Amino acid sequence: MRLFTKPLLSSDSSDSSGALEGFYYDNKIVKAFIIVTVIFGVVGMLAGLTAALQLFWPAANLNLPYTTFGRLRPLHTNAIIFAFVGNGMFAGVYYSTQRLLKGPMLSPILSWIHFWGWQLIIVAAAVSLPLGITTGKEYAELEWPIDIAITLVWVVFAINFIGAIIKRRERHMYVALWFYIATIVTIAMLHIVNSLALPVTLFKSYTLFAGVQDALVQWWYGHNAVAFFLTTPILGLMYYFLPKAANRPVYSYKLSIIHFWSLIFLYIWAGPHHLLYTSLPDWAQSLGTVFSIMLLAPSWGGMLNGLLTLRGAWDRVRENPVLKFFVVAVTAYGMSTFEGPMLSLKNVNAISHYTDWTIAHVHVGGLGWNGFMTFGMFYYLVPKMWRTNLYSVKLANIHFWLGTLGIIFYALPLYWAGFTQSLMWKEFTKDGFLAYPNFLETVTQILPMYMARAFGGTLYLAGTLVMVYNLMKTAGSGEFLAHEYDEAPALNHKLKVGGAFHTILERKPVLFTVLSFVAVLIGGVVEFLPTWLIDSNVPTIASVKPYTPLELEGRDIYVREGCYNCHSQMIRPFRSETERYGEYSKSGEFVYDHPFQWGSKRTGPDLHRQGGKYPDSWHYNHMLEPTSMSSGSIMPAYPWLFDDELNTANTATKINTMRSLGVPYEEGYEDQAVADLNEQAEGISKNLADAKIKVGKEKEIIALIAYLQRLGTDIKNEATALK
Amino acid sequence: MIKNSLASISDVAIYPIISLSIFVAFFVLLGYMVFRADKKYIKHMEEMPLTDEVYQKD
Repeated sequence: MRLFTKPLLSSDSSDSSGALEGFYYDNKIVKAFIIVTVIFGVVGMLAGLTAALQLFWPAANLNLPYTTFGRLRPLHTNAIIFAFVGNGMFAGVYYSTQRLLKGPMLSPILSWIHFWGWQLIIVAAAVSLPLGITTGKEYAELEWPIDIAITLVWVVFAINFIGAIIKRRERHMYVALWFYIATIVTIAMLHIVNSLALPVTLFKSYTLFAGVQDALVQWWYGHNAVAFFLTTPILGLMYYFLPKAANRPVYSYKLSIIHFWSLIFLYIWAGPHHLLYTSLPDWAQSLGTVFSIMLLAPSWGGMLNGLLTLRGAWDRVRENPVLKFFVVAVTAYGMSTFEGPMLSLKNVNAISHYTDWTIAHVHVGGLGWNGFMTFGMFYYLVPKMWRTNLYSVKLANIHFWLGTLGIIFYALPLYWAGFTQSLMWKEFTKDGFLAYPNFLETVTQILPMYMARAFGGTLYLAGTLVMVYNLMKTAGSGEFLAHEYDEAPALNHKLKVGGAFHTILERKPVLFTVLSFVAVLIGGVVEFLPTWLIDSNVPTIASVKPYTPLELEGRDIYVREGCYNCHSQMIRPFRSETERYGEYSKSGEFVYDHPFQWGSKRTGPDLHRQGGKYPDSWHYNHMLEPTSMSSGSIMPAYPWLFDDELNTANTATKINTMRSLGVPYEEGYEDQAVADLNEQAEGISKNLADAKIKVGKEKEIIALIAYLQRLGTDIKNEATALK
Repeated sequence: MIKNSLASISDVAIYPIISLSIFVAFFVLLGYMVFRADKKYIKHMEEMPLTDEVYQKD
């Protein structure tokens, strides 16, 4: 332990023995990431605001397919997660990593490939999502060519990062870097597994998984995208930028070690809490709940470690806008990570799931934790890199208050809306009937809350625009330092350095990466393997048959229009749901669903037992003008489905692809498929003609009606038979 | 093949319990290591973000 009596590897440390080396930090890449973060942040928030407006003013979709809620909401979520938080995270990672390693990244070329590659992916997303090119899996909507591009760019980032660590001059890796490592390996794993799909065309693929398994994989991904894209990298940034801004070391480095390992190990198990009361096997649901509750400990450990870093420096929080943003961010993190485990309790989830409560919950995290960490970091970085002072502390304070009030005005009305709607769904009259049998009643009740939410969003966006102005003025008044000079002694790899296990681990980046990967792998493996491999977990239902070609095409339209953003297809086993919708959903009913379409939010009613509930003409009129069938409906109209003709050029390929995925279409059926499709379309067209509606059988709406009329009917027709 | 092997394991439920136990043990060990860690080393690590500009020249 003699070594630890002297500071490790400072220039006056005799143990370092390396010669002092000069090098430059690359600030240009950080600047580039900051600029795109701000641009895409504003774009993503505008998309969100437009989507929020449509919830009480459907005409805000401009009557265009491209800007309709079902396509706009994925654009909003993808833009905020991958473009705003993603680019902001990269800015902070590139800045802090270089300084913590005492050296530049592995290669500036890799840095720029990463930068431009990521921006091209974002542009591809911004074009493809409004066009309805989507896989239909939340936060993973991008189609397979973009998924491959994401993988490649991520690998470039990983090489650049791990390479920099290997070339480092600092012997030990600071805690921030561990969080970055966990982010890199886990996101790679999640993205690759959840994106596994068989392409039909360049713009269309079917996921490898079906039904329950697809749901489990998707929420293992969805939950851990929150964990490893929106949480771990930002915690890394917190561990670097919060001490810097407060000018004092982190409260407890020891706590950070425990925080890190317990967080990454526990998080990965918690995915099934998104599927409580669904057809997912019970044991998997319970596992999700138990691990979610345990997750409270490391989450709050991390939050306290952040807040307590400010012990004795709270007076500075009053004056320093950077610290203000960080304090609210860490507090928001604490609130949403307390709420998360609570929402994972089955009795709470029974109320919260499918309602706006979830939306409020994620926005406390998104607006508070991710947004405010990013803003605080930028208020720190821009004056620093442009070597000047912040243009206006006053404007930063205005931004702070606009943002904070924005979060409150956003979240509180949605909590209210969530409780109200859920209680209305579940209320029975004295005689045992649903008190609000018309779903729409529960929607119109909460429209004022949607308006208040849009107001909150507007405040938040206004604050962001104030920041854009302030940062631009700051940059304008300073001089950008593109290459920052620093010196450090070279790392002597031959030097024998002792220490405890974790001390050693902190200087073994490859071993550290492998162990992090093992920690995150275990949870996934234990949950997946039994669901994939043991038949009894998904009981087969004999009467469940593959979709007809027309229904399959209709289902693809359902996915394209993003119907799953507002409608679930999963009736939970509650009396309030079986009364309203019909028989609760069974896992065996989804075995041919590539992808599953259970949804996560009911802005409209559940559709799983929609088949046969209304005549074809009802659906026709409803899709053309929703208010004609349900007065006061906030569903948008879909006029383009009535103009556009169904493209059957790929129907045969779709049948083939589905067969490869295990859907039992007979060999050679692909040659018969289009003829069958036309025959079924003819029948629907005739039904509509009987209702005095004249429409060609080749229109898209016919296929969509066919799909909607099929939904959940298989077990209605025949007695359930367990094989 | 893999499917049959896994399905035929008796008491397959014991495996999650084993893996959980391994990690509980890992954390207990981690806690022990952390609390007996060298104070100077911890101090050095803690101060890392604050000392990364000591050599900075204008």
